[in-house]
Amino acid sequence: MTRTIVVLTAGLTVPSSTRLLGDQLADAVATAVSARGEAVSFEYVEVRELAQDLAGYLTSGGIATPRLTAVREQVSAADGLIAVTPVFSASYSGLFKMFVDALDADALNGMPVLIAATAGSARHALVLDHAMRPLFSHLRAVVLPTGVFAATEEFGSSGLDDRIARAAAELANAVVVAGADHVAGFAPDPTARRRTSGNDLAPGADFADLLRGHSG
Amino acid sequence: MQFGIFSVGDITPDPTTGVAPTEGERIESMTRIALKAEEVGLDVFATGEHHNPPFTVSSPTTHLAWIAAQTERLQLSTSTTLITTNDPVKIAEDYAFLQHLTGGRIDLMMGRGNTGPVYPWFGKDIRDGIKLAIENYHLLRKLWREPVVNWQGQFRTPLQGYTSTPAPLDGTPPFVWHGSIRSPEIAEQAAYYGDGFFHNHIFWNKEHTEQMVRLYRQRFEHYGHGAADQAIVGLGGQVFMGTTEAEAKRQFRPYFDNAPVYGHGPSLEEFTQATPLTVGTPEQVIERTLGFADYAGDYQRQLFLMDHAGLPVEVVLEQLEILGREVVPVLRAEFDRRRPAHVPSDPPTHSSLVAAGPDAPHHLVEPAKARATEGAQA
Repeated sequence: MTRTIVVLTAGLTVPSSTRLLGDQLADAVATAVSARGEAVSFEYVEVRELAQDLAGYLTSGGIATPRLTAVREQVSAADGLIAVTPVFSASYSGLFKMFVDALDADALNGMPVLIAATAGSARHALVLDHAMRPLFSHLRAVVLPTGVFAATEEFGSSGLDDRIARAAAELANAVVVAGADHVAGFAPDPTARRRTSGNDLAPGADFADLLRGHSG
Repeated sequence: MQFGIFSVGDITPDPTTGVAPTEGERIESMTRIALKAEEVGLDVFATGEHHNPPFTVSSPTTHLAWIAAQTERLQLSTSTTLITTNDPVKIAEDYAFLQHLTGGRIDLMMGRGNTGPVYPWFGKDIRDGIKLAIENYHLLRKLWREPVVNWQGQFRTPLQGYTSTPAPLDGTPPFVWHGSIRSPEIAEQAAYYGDGFFHNHIFWNKEHTEQMVRLYRQRFEHYGHGAADQAIVGLGGQVFMGTTEAEAKRQFRPYFDNAPVYGHGPSLEEFTQATPLTVGTPEQVIERTLGFADYAGDYQRQLFLMDHAGLPVEVVLEQLEILGREVVPVLRAEFDRRRPAHVPSDPPTHSSLVAAGPDAPHHLVEPAKARATEGAQA
């Protein structure tokens, strides 16, 4: 079965180093998944293209355009996520966060996420650990141990390739394992929270359960 | 079918002049709007309830009684009554009293309220919103249906030997709607009791309205109140009319662009596409409104939001003239034409509930439970 990974990038220019890093990560993940004899496909979400949809969504109390609705569905349906943001003022960019804010609180439950960031200077490297990692932990994603930070100057160094390969191997492993229904001999975890895009109505409780303890 | 208007009761400066009405002026204008609704042949006026600025509508029964005294046949309702932060004991008293004053021309719509600080101001916690709505409403049903109530719940002081006064008019509690934009629990609640379900409709994509109404209809049938298409549904709508679409848009756009809730967000055109908002000619409003039944099914009550976003009262009154005299008569006839015979045209009213007699399910606290017990014994 083919796994699907969404590559979420929040670069603002074309071409952008953020998208470039996303492409390199995707290539490395493809290699790592193929090495396991499995197949993977990538879907790209450029947050810039959704900027107006996101502004409308956040200022209208949650009215989503058809395009934003489709992307919310796409992200929650993926087997894994590569999230790449440029660093703005010591954190992820505002536009990147707007996208994450437009996801359902249960949109990324248990999803393997490779976090990555670009910046003009290596002094921002800890953005991955003080901003990106807690953000995705909050959303109950499984944030992989290796994050990839790339300062502009590093696009000319071999150290970046090593980190990309290591992170890609972690994501490939997580996606292939998580994609299997469950480990042979073990039932799926019944306590796991269902992942949902939030586009459709959540299943309702039976009224007897709602009224229990409240009927006087 | 009933047609009417619902008001949020906001004080918003007119964006074209910067002038905001005083609280007194806004209250007076809401009264004029309600009286105009009856004058132009609308059936329902519903007032919001809020306990924080920029709203004025903190005392719905006071206002509805004042309007009732000056009208003959207008049905008075709420949009919504805060079942979370109000004491259900006081709701039972206030609205039974209002029933007596108005000769039964009232019903209520239960809502939770989404302003966080209002909950602690009234000693509650917004995180308990659903539970409060469930428990308080169940108590309210008992207070209107049992002569002496003994009660112990999670949220209010226990009641021992309590009798709510006055008892409902003709021993018949008012009809109740439950309003919710996105909580399936509330659609479930409305279905369980066989009450009406109202979807505000105007603040969210219409696909969500469709899903919520479908859930309510399925569960209404599940609990044995009738077929899914016989469930009692109300929808909101939002319109602004002119002689041409371009003229309507020109006049309404500054109000839309600066409106509370969605102003400075999506464009008028985007919002029109995603939600039921219709800015155009009366014919366009008729066509769009008739389309609601295509995804919500044939329904019983249509309320329009007309007085908001700082629109001057004179403009609102003109809009009501067009709505009442040109739009609603056509809607009435067309909705009648498409509605199958077994689907009720109107929601229950005081007279229809009285006519159904004291043994009708409406008089039971839990009609679905009684039905299930009966079924088990048979």
